Amino acid sequence: MTSSYNPRDWTIHPSYFSENYKSTHLRSPTKAPVKIEQTKSELTAPSFFPLINHEQENDLTKNGAVDGQQPLGERIVVTGRVLDENGKPQPNTLIEIWQCNSSGRYIHAADQHDAPLDPNFFGAGRCITDKNGIYKFYSIKPGAYPWGNHKNAWRPAHIHFSLFGPAFATRLITQSYFPGDPLLELDPIFQSTTKEARKLLIKTFDIEATEEGFALGYKFDFILRGPKATPMEK
Amino acid sequence: MSFKQTPSQTIGPFFAYGLTPKQYGYNEIKDIASNNLNSEGTIGERISIEGIVFDGNNEPVDDALIEIWQASSSGLYATSKNLKNTNDSFCGFGRCGTGIDPQRKFSFTTIKPGTCSQNQAPHINFIIFMRGLLSHVYTRMYFPEEEVANQHDSFLLNVPKTRRQTLIAKQMSYSKVKVYQFNIYMQGANETVFFDV
Repeated sequence: MTSSYNPRDWTIHPSYFSENYKSTHLRSPTKAPVKIEQTKSELTAPSFFPLINHEQENDLTKNGAVDGQQPLGERIVVTGRVLDENGKPQPNTLIEIWQCNSSGRYIHAADQHDAPLDPNFFGAGRCITDKNGIYKFYSIKPGAYPWGNHKNAWRPAHIHFSLFGPAFATRLITQSYFPGDPLLELDPIFQSTTKEARKLLIKTFDIEATEEGFALGYKFDFILRGPKATPMEK
Repeated sequence: MSFKQTPSQTIGPFFAYGLTPKQYGYNEIKDIASNNLNSEGTIGERISIEGIVFDGNNEPVDDALIEIWQASSSGLYATSKNLKNTNDSFCGFGRCGTGIDPQRKFSFTTIKPGTCSQNQAPHINFIIFMRGLLSHVYTRMYFPEEEVANQHDSFLLNVPKTRRQTLIAKQMSYSKVKVYQFNIYMQGANETVFFDV
């Protein structure tokens, strides 16, 4: 067990309150978080390694398809590594994935956007990193969709990710975006992070990862909080 | 070589079919966790926890995800290493969304955790995610009957006395199983203490 993790880097993570992202106004804590020394509670995490069927769940083009049909949209393969801040690969890390379909509609019952559901697309899956910290999953490129934050507000295409890592302290939920999307500049959620941080949320198109005749390849690395260097290691 | 942490982004309103599918009635993928942490072989005193997440207008939040992580009745966390050395089938991790209960309650069925170390009172670790929360918050639930242990808890000692009560659950009297109420206030006079984990 690591003796402590580096703090969350608040030059990178968005502040709780964002003037332009209206839902933060009544939901962001107003008092500074109380400082603590990490204990076993923060330094341990549940192990999910034996719990999921990697082969079935890392292909979103198949796990919602009916009778061998295919979802509509541009097939993509997303791959990369999960590392800590020191560049150390994080093996056996669970990644949960959810997204809307190619028309910009989530299967979630609360999504009332007037765009069609795709009978062959569920939009959620999971994968686990291998011994080198590498993950890979297949999906279709999600569409943009409107939301009520401000006049003519549209979310840029994005995929939601949930990661645990080795400790309760390394928990991360984030969204990753697609390169060249003109909506990025207008999106209060993406813009809530600092300029330096924003480039860390955009996937890279990668011709090497692209599978010929099948799917466009995108690379995205996740960097989780790393163990604090001990004085010896410094 | 040093890398920058991947920035957090909000969980958004539509996480449930991916993270809590069974609770919300989606069958395409299985849950990795639910709001029942116990199984037949779980050792310890059965308890329930319930609460509501309130926003700054004191309105219940109907699209929050609550995660808990706690020690077993003997004070051990169910890490892969510890699981190998125990007969206790307690998983220690639970999840519940607030969009299904008519009052927007979250609830968990679990056991009362043991003590992990001298300067830690029995407690349950919480992470809260929701639309409008750009980075998750960490908090802890403590037990009202553990007055002495609570006085020596290293986390509680860092909290100003006037705010400590936001972290102590209330024991409810309406059921045979012990039910603890732990409401979470994002803002306002009773704003819950969140920790800089």
